[in-house]
Amino acid sequence: MSSEWPLWEVFIRGQHGLNHRHVGSLHAPDAEMAIHNARDVYTRRNEGVSIWVVRSSDVVASAPSEKGPLFDPANSKVYRHPTFFDVPDEVGHM
Amino acid sequence: MSRIATDMPPLAEFALRMGDTCLILGHRNSEWCGHSPALEEDIALANTALDLIGQTQLWLALAAEAEGRGRTADDFAFLRDVSGFRNLLLVEQPNGDFGRTVMRQFLFDAWHLPMLKALTQSSEVRVAEIAEKASKEAAYHLERSGDLVIRLGDGTRESHDRMQVALDFLWPYTGEMFFGDAVDDELVRAGIAPAPESLKPAWEAHVGSILAEATLKAPERSYAQKGGKRGVHSEHLGYILAEMQFLQRAYPGAKW
Repeated sequence: MSSEWPLWEVFIRGQHGLNHRHVGSLHAPDAEMAIHNARDVYTRRNEGVSIWVVRSSDVVASAPSEKGPLFDPANSKVYRHPTFFDVPDEVGHM
Repeated sequence: MSRIATDMPPLAEFALRMGDTCLILGHRNSEWCGHSPALEEDIALANTALDLIGQTQLWLALAAEAEGRGRTADDFAFLRDVSGFRNLLLVEQPNGDFGRTVMRQFLFDAWHLPMLKALTQSSEVRVAEIAEKASKEAAYHLERSGDLVIRLGDGTRESHDRMQVALDFLWPYTGEMFFGDAVDDELVRAGIAPAPESLKPAWEAHVGSILAEATLKAPERSYAQKGGKRGVHSEHLGYILAEMQFLQRAYPGAKW
């Protein structure tokens, strides 16, 4: 039966987290039931304060075969990390 | 029929009625664990069962305290026979197919939530406190079971027919929720609990609107099966107790 239901990706905003994080996926007949199911599957130990669900088929993903052109150019570009600044002592921990 | 088959204080009797109803429905739902039609529904039903067993512990502990004879919540759950149970007949009915289980849960939730909301105003503070905690869980149960009734009722031809069969089967067991007896009269007088019949308009309105959306039709007949509240049960309760109580009966006092 569950194979007839579409798959949904579930994102939960935790008690202390600012961002919704992907926690997994589940099946549900529609968006409202997906929220209910996500509540029951992923927040039963008080993990969340907000739930997003999105149909898995609506997620656009990068192709694994494009991995090289997409990500390799970012290698060895240390100047893109803000590590060359002197932080004044008064600033404290950042 | 207002005969009282008990010499317990009304508060203890009331706590047993609430606790036993939660216990038996919780046990019925737990029978689905590992058998539900979808993993997501399996977890959701188990959550509901656990909520109800949690509420059972509160109600039966209150019953034990109000009775004042040194019995515990566990004694009530595991060492009483069929005639000692005070649950509504609705909740002891067999699970049937998934549709019937969902329909039973919905018909119960639509009564349970307004009942608990009324109980938050109880003159008895221990009752009000249990109701406050339980009503949040019941609100979610009702939302979920109502949504499922709509989707299955207004779903495929087969799911619609199964939901209609379930509704026809369970309908005669819903009237008992709204019949008061002498115990209820005393509870109302003491401001502990609402009159059972006072909950009927809200139940009918909510059930009516969900059934309409689900394209289901409530049966016309108004005959109500009753007896659970005074310990007269259908043949099904004995089998539930046999399974639920086996360990404590076979190995008295066993702990783990």
